[in-house]
Amino acid sequence: MGSRASSLLREEDIEEIKKETGFSHSQITRLYSRFHSLDKGENGALSREDFQRIPELAINPLGDRIINAFFPEGEDQVNFRGFMRTLAHFRPVEDNEKNKDGATGEPLNSRTNKLLFAFRLYDLDRDDKISRDELLQVLRMMVGVNISDEQLGSIADRTIQEADTNGDMCISFNEFTKAHGKRVMLQTWQCNVTKLK
Amino acid sequence: MLGGWDIAFLLLQLWVSIVAGLILLPAMFGVSLGFTDIYIKGLLKTLEWATLRIQRGQKEKPNVPQQLANGIIEKEDSPTSMEEEIGELRRSHPKNLAEGNFTLCDAFYFCKKGIENIVEDQVTQRFSSEELASWNLLTRTNNNFRYISVRLTIIWGLGVFIRYCVLLPLRITLAVIGLSWLVTGTTLVGLLPGCRMKNWLSDLVHITCYRICARGLSATIHYHNKENRPKKGGICVANHTSPIDIVILANDGCYAMVGQIHGGLMGVIQRSMVRSCPHVWFERSEMKDRHAVAKRLQDHIADKTKLPILIFPEGTCINNTSVMMFKKGSFEIGGTIYPVAIKYDPRFGDAFWNSAKYNMVSYILRMMTSWAIVCNVWYLPPMTLQDGEDAVHFANRVKSAIANQGGLVDLSWDGGLKREKVKESFKEEQQKMYSSMIVGLDCHETSVGPA
Repeated sequence: MGSRASSLLREEDIEEIKKETGFSHSQITRLYSRFHSLDKGENGALSREDFQRIPELAINPLGDRIINAFFPEGEDQVNFRGFMRTLAHFRPVEDNEKNKDGATGEPLNSRTNKLLFAFRLYDLDRDDKISRDELLQVLRMMVGVNISDEQLGSIADRTIQEADTNGDMCISFNEFTKAHGKRVMLQTWQCNVTKLK
Repeated sequence: MLGGWDIAFLLLQLWVSIVAGLILLPAMFGVSLGFTDIYIKGLLKTLEWATLRIQRGQKEKPNVPQQLANGIIEKEDSPTSMEEEIGELRRSHPKNLAEGNFTLCDAFYFCKKGIENIVEDQVTQRFSSEELASWNLLTRTNNNFRYISVRLTIIWGLGVFIRYCVLLPLRITLAVIGLSWLVTGTTLVGLLPGCRMKNWLSDLVHITCYRICARGLSATIHYHNKENRPKKGGICVANHTSPIDIVILANDGCYAMVGQIHGGLMGVIQRSMVRSCPHVWFERSEMKDRHAVAKRLQDHIADKTKLPILIFPEGTCINNTSVMMFKKGSFEIGGTIYPVAIKYDPRFGDAFWNSAKYNMVSYILRMMTSWAIVCNVWYLPPMTLQDGEDAVHFANRVKSAIANQGGLVDLSWDGGLKREKVKESFKEEQQKMYSSMIVGLDCHETSVGPA
């Protein structure tokens, strides 16, 4: 009478994922079922096509970028550990976690890591700077064909001007962080992924 | 002294007379002897006991993961639109922004939505069986239930024995009898010249056959609002969960079926059915021509002596938790639409046909080894196209009525997404909506497709 999907997930793996991501036991098994249902090829890993099969994600203007965030550099398969690691960024920060010491490094869902995730949506080449071109790329993805190049260009210029404090015409991670203030992160960046009962 | 063969023959005779006397004859006359009711009541009590036992077991062992009825993501009560959510994001921005500007944090909205959809989305879950809140003692629905107690295991074992060794042979016998009766009966009736007697006999043959088949699935059907039953010259539309829907509906009325001609056993049944009364079967090539299809349907409903057409506008099987987009073809023909909502009770068996996973034969076997099929059928008041309304709007109106009555989620997503990719135009709509936000365009359209 064992279950089918979660029997492929061993207890040791669950414990490790728990330590690494902070999800609870039941949350991990639940998300494993989801991973398994998305994995049409049944090979224990998701490809980009598997994500694209979710209609609501396929129509999301930033869908491709979000999917990209799951795949490590140069790879096109993500296993369950990688899947959970990325999702862990969106776990709400609980109050009792703020006091944890940084022995294992910052938790994945710390404020900095959340901001870094957001930053990397724009910074495709990972050079820790959002250049005008990178900003334009993301803008173009979000607006489609509805805004002209010139108008988009001026929006991009204005955004960089507002955020850029050291005058290098790029937005660095620090400038990005400063531009968005503390409150934005904690209130709005939480996908209540895990209010499981 | 009776030899072995004689005994076997006697047993067979006994078996056949029991089946005929206690099941077939009452079924054909629509009379219920009450066995099924007792069975269902007993089953319910057992399942309730099992649920309590499992809950108790879970309290004792906190590590055993629990089933979720409500999905992974906790949502707020009212769904929010793109504008509202981006507005929320911007309100906490330190600088006071005028409407219609871009900020870097706008991307967070799309990101959050994307991640939520990766964890749980509204569409892909409709193409696989519904998850139960509590185990119903069938191995196939067992996702997370571990060994709880000896008694539960015994009951489960007993259940397996009853389902596979007692009920299955009985059901298969009934199904075989039912279908052969359909084929021979309709062929015989087809030999008669066209007259009122022929129609009456044809209806009789069809209904008795479907009743036998329903018994063959241990189906308990509750019909509501029978005064709204579809009339001749109308079109009956219903939500689609499985091929069994036809048996369920045809137990209470006669319909003209619509569909593609198949080969094999299905083809034989289809061809004999059409001899006794006019059904609308299409060749595969004809299905592509939408005008030809519409014309034939129109001709059928124009003739008021012909039976109402039965159509499933979703075009594919959905898992009975939601109603997906209705294809507008049936709503353009111009007849009176009689909506019907069908809701199966998932505790007794999972009626959904996942055609990607199971072929027809394995599906039927699964149906016949479930506890029973229990469902509710609601006949809704007839609807017609209103002035100034187009077919798509009409289809959505009917769909909402059915979803509302059946307690199903009303989705505008196309059931065809089971196999096909979503159209690019929906992404373009999202982009357009967002553009109008940041540039404050005058043409502010609300989203037509799924938002």
